[in-house]
Amino acid sequence: MSGILNSSIGRKFAMALSALFLMFFILQHFAINILSVISPDAFNEASHFMGTFWAVQYLLQPVLIIGVIFHFVMGFVLEIKNNKARQVSYAKNNGGANSSWMSRNMIWSGGFILVFLVIHFLDFWIPEINTKYIQGDMSGLLADGEGYRYFEELQHKFVPIWRVALYCIGFVFLSLHLLHGFNSAFQSIGANNKYTKGLKGFSKIYAIGIPLGFIFIALFHHFNH
Amino acid sequence: MNLTLKIWRQKNANDKGKMVDYKVNDISPDMSFLEMLDVLNEQLINKDEEPVAFDHDCREGICGMCSLYINGEAHGPDRGITTCQLHMRMFKDGDTIYIEPFRAKAFPVVKDLIVDRSSFDRIQHAGGFISVNTSGNTIDANAIPVNKHDADKAFEAATCIGCGACVATCKNSSAMLFVGAKVSQFALLPQGQIEATDRVLNMVKQMDEEGFGNCTNTGACEVECPKGISLENIARMNTEYLKASLKG
Repeated sequence: MSGILNSSIGRKFAMALSALFLMFFILQHFAINILSVISPDAFNEASHFMGTFWAVQYLLQPVLIIGVIFHFVMGFVLEIKNNKARQVSYAKNNGGANSSWMSRNMIWSGGFILVFLVIHFLDFWIPEINTKYIQGDMSGLLADGEGYRYFEELQHKFVPIWRVALYCIGFVFLSLHLLHGFNSAFQSIGANNKYTKGLKGFSKIYAIGIPLGFIFIALFHHFNH
Repeated sequence: MNLTLKIWRQKNANDKGKMVDYKVNDISPDMSFLEMLDVLNEQLINKDEEPVAFDHDCREGICGMCSLYINGEAHGPDRGITTCQLHMRMFKDGDTIYIEPFRAKAFPVVKDLIVDRSSFDRIQHAGGFISVNTSGNTIDANAIPVNKHDADKAFEAATCIGCGACVATCKNSSAMLFVGAKVSQFALLPQGQIEATDRVLNMVKQMDEEGFGNCTNTGACEVECPKGISLENIARMNTEYLKASLKG
């Protein structure tokens, strides 16, 4: 068992596990966000639960942050190592003949997702931490005390068209990243068998469907605020 | 066919090297790519110039010696072939063809288009074998029954000729298709079980020490492999490695 994370396969396995965890997180994030389109009250209830339940806040949230940081840091470390494995580049390289653009540019789609995440944290996570843990307001209520604040805040964020555009671009990069990453994670943990073909189909549905759903939510709130 | 060739020339392992342009005329579309290079070398020798050094041996797609990166692809634009099986009919009159050595830190250039692929040999030495007493006591392999499905998969993995196209074409210069095939061909057979744990741990350790990159599952290796070795072998190696790590 010793030194497994120092081996190429061990690092690949760890990268895949963090990816699978993050893909599960994205799915639950989407499930809550889509409630904002279906029922503002249900969205408020779910947001308040996620924002105040101790297990989510003090157990799952730190695990998620560690998972995100690990995935990005390991991604960049592997990219640097991989670049060192070929010191002289080809004068002519036809990568498109044998692999997808998405698979060859995970570092770029991942880098843009990182930029998007910084913006997303500044927009939502930091104000939330400020309200709850710096100002000490755990009530989740609006300033006038008339109902929960979460749906109001969400709609308010998507009023400026530039922010909607920025989020849409971020979700496009997420889709490009997932189009390779979803299936790749299963290959990395050794799952290449009779289910692989079906999994590839499902991965396309996930990789296009979930980001498209997020884009729909952003546009919905922009046009319905 | 009249062609312009852009060929990597490098005097020795320490030389910086550069691309040099050559013209070849009256090339038959029925020639193999290596025969076309033979024509070029004949021209160069007749002009008292240094011929282009390139690897070749059997010229029938078995030995895995020919190792050229042609127009941005390992073994050129055709599929399921080595460079010696590539024919000039794949190109058009007037084409410019880039010819480079397989590039990887673990495959240093020896001269011109020849690279040193002994890193593959060292990976094999680390565990790509089974220990059998063959000193007058040879056991018939057929005495041990093998499931047909496993035997077929093991045979497919064993068709890897170790040419290095997987490394050359991988954007990360990863050797995992090669090592995956070598691990799989034994992991699938009863004869390979005794040394399975040490085999995969030692071969992966050697692979990492040689300076190959990490696999990111682009699948380029599988597409360019002259023997069609499947990515399934990398997945199997990953599983074998994790099992062995937990055991060891």
